[in-house]
Amino acid sequence: MPFAEETLTRLKADAAEITGRYPKARSALLPLLYLVQAEEGYVSTDGIRFCAQVLGITETEVRGVSTFYTMYKHEPAADFQVGVCTNTTCAIMGGDQIYAELAEHLGGPDAAEEAAHGHHDIKSADGKVGLGRLECNAACDYAPVIMVNWEFFDNQTPDSARQLVDDLRADGEGVKPTRGPGRLCTWKQANRILAGFGDGQAADGPSAGPASLVGLKLAKERGWKAPEGAK
Amino acid sequence: MTDSVSPGGADGESPRIPPLTPVLTANWDQPDSFTMAGYKRTGGYQALPKALAMQPDDVIATVKGAVLRGRGGAGFPTGMKWSFIPQGDGKPHYLTVNADESEPGTCKDIPLMMANPHVLIEGIVITCYAIRAGHAFIYVRGEVLHVIRRLQLAVAEAYEAGYLGKDILGTGFDLDVVVHAGAGAYICGEETALLTSLEGYRGLPRNRPPFPAVEGLYACPTVINNVESISSVPSILHEGSEWFAGLGTEKSKGYGIFSLSGHVKNPGQYEAPLGITLRELIDLAGGMLRPGHPLKFWTPGGSSTPILTHEHLDVPLDFEGVGAAGSMLGTRALQLFDDTTCALRAALRWTEFYQHESCGKCTPCREGSYWLVRTIQRLEDGTGTGEDLDKILDIGPNIIGRAFCALGDAAPVPIMSVIKYFRDEIMQHQKEGGCPFDPAASTAWAVS
Repeated sequence: MPFAEETLTRLKADAAEITGRYPKARSALLPLLYLVQAEEGYVSTDGIRFCAQVLGITETEVRGVSTFYTMYKHEPAADFQVGVCTNTTCAIMGGDQIYAELAEHLGGPDAAEEAAHGHHDIKSADGKVGLGRLECNAACDYAPVIMVNWEFFDNQTPDSARQLVDDLRADGEGVKPTRGPGRLCTWKQANRILAGFGDGQAADGPSAGPASLVGLKLAKERGWKAPEGAK
Repeated sequence: MTDSVSPGGADGESPRIPPLTPVLTANWDQPDSFTMAGYKRTGGYQALPKALAMQPDDVIATVKGAVLRGRGGAGFPTGMKWSFIPQGDGKPHYLTVNADESEPGTCKDIPLMMANPHVLIEGIVITCYAIRAGHAFIYVRGEVLHVIRRLQLAVAEAYEAGYLGKDILGTGFDLDVVVHAGAGAYICGEETALLTSLEGYRGLPRNRPPFPAVEGLYACPTVINNVESISSVPSILHEGSEWFAGLGTEKSKGYGIFSLSGHVKNPGQYEAPLGITLRELIDLAGGMLRPGHPLKFWTPGGSSTPILTHEHLDVPLDFEGVGAAGSMLGTRALQLFDDTTCALRAALRWTEFYQHESCGKCTPCREGSYWLVRTIQRLEDGTGTGEDLDKILDIGPNIIGRAFCALGDAAPVPIMSVIKYFRDEIMQHQKEGGCPFDPAASTAWAVS
């Protein structure tokens, strides 16, 4: 269904701000796709048409780009996208087991079997939680890692992962990333941040997680410092 | 290894350099390290006025003099890259920071940008002044929401403070910085694919030449540097190139963040002069995870660098040392696996990653990675034969050097290096009709 007039007005204002960041407007396509995904939870045909109109390119060109990148969804998405890293280090540290148990927990044995290979998402019956595999998310020192709406949930176990998913299905209240803000935002809100519009939560949460600090802590305990330079 | 510090220079009179030298990580334990106020309190933004008082070419010369080599994996000298930008050409120049950290095992830039984004911003301003760029882009992978928030906040604070925008610190130098989120494509960490993506297209690599220094973003001269490279620049300007070159080894100068992950007691980030060994790092990290389960194999710098084994514990982790051992320093992403781990399973998963992330442009990479996965799968299932090994050793070299970009060169690396060290173990799968290892024994929660 095409965007309502007032939605369109708001989206156009946001789109103008996005294109204004770049020397050439076409560079704005990735954030524009996030903008429409933030509106509908996925990149719909209407979202594609909107991006094409903003940039003066064809819908086919937009679709070609949106299907290349894995962070754009092409069907209505759940409120909470749960991704389990099953790249080598996380997989071996237990990510494979976590993924298999979560798949069965959410979708039953058949869904688990179907999801055993490939990157297809499983959705919970109530549509609130989507589950998928992730490639390396640059948090290997916190393996095994789960991401929810692209926030870090470090050092997971099968039990903690099941609890996490159950809490998300309950309504997500009180679910807190290990390295992130005190409040987990929804999938649509996350996409708005990716489009470049902050949610005012940047200063929330720790500067660094415990594993990020092990070397610094050790150096301080032992009085190790980089030497002083000439200045 | 003991707690005592090791000698720093050959002449015995140089300052003694400790095993760990926190510079970029030094303020991460401060609760406000990611804010302008927190960064300034620990010495931030002191290099910038110094750099802006110099001639741009002198800034380039200083970074050249420090012999800073690119921290994104390839190790190309950063100052030299800057000097390739043609000056007085009348075209806009651009800086693009490669913050797309996605190489399996690599996890240094993400915590750096979360805890200390201003050191990157300060480095960006100095770099743009040196190469005479008026626009910089931080191309950050999209899957790290809180890092993106922190970058957005840091950029806003820097505009507010007059470190970005018009007439920076009254010098007449103008600079705009944009935080640009990628959208989930490993290939966009490859510099030419990154540029294509930043221009709003599918992230396909381009053939070189022309190199980005001549025709980069929008066909204009462009420098592409890794986050850690750019973040190292303020310390070089502040402390001096001799200081930087006084750390590290003869041809691999300076400090770097070493990221330990996998079967080690205290995984995490350890910032040390280049040249530290894995034996020293494991010792600092409290040893391997489980008593009685020694190190079996490891990557020195991510999945694209050939694996090494316990024989290589004393290899100096610098560009030359790791190269001489038959691998590459890469991103110092040290993924450690003990003897509970099936090396073939590890290689299969990495190869599946390359197949998934191949952009499909070049046939050898697209088709080769597909067939590698299927062949390795047979071996892991126990249905493979020696012929499958020969097939892999035939496919691999037919991908390497035959694709536009380094993803193709990397795709066969995990399995070829696993065959090199663990051929007997691979064939054991065939004898036993399946994998001889229990994956449950390798997990973080397996006790013995």
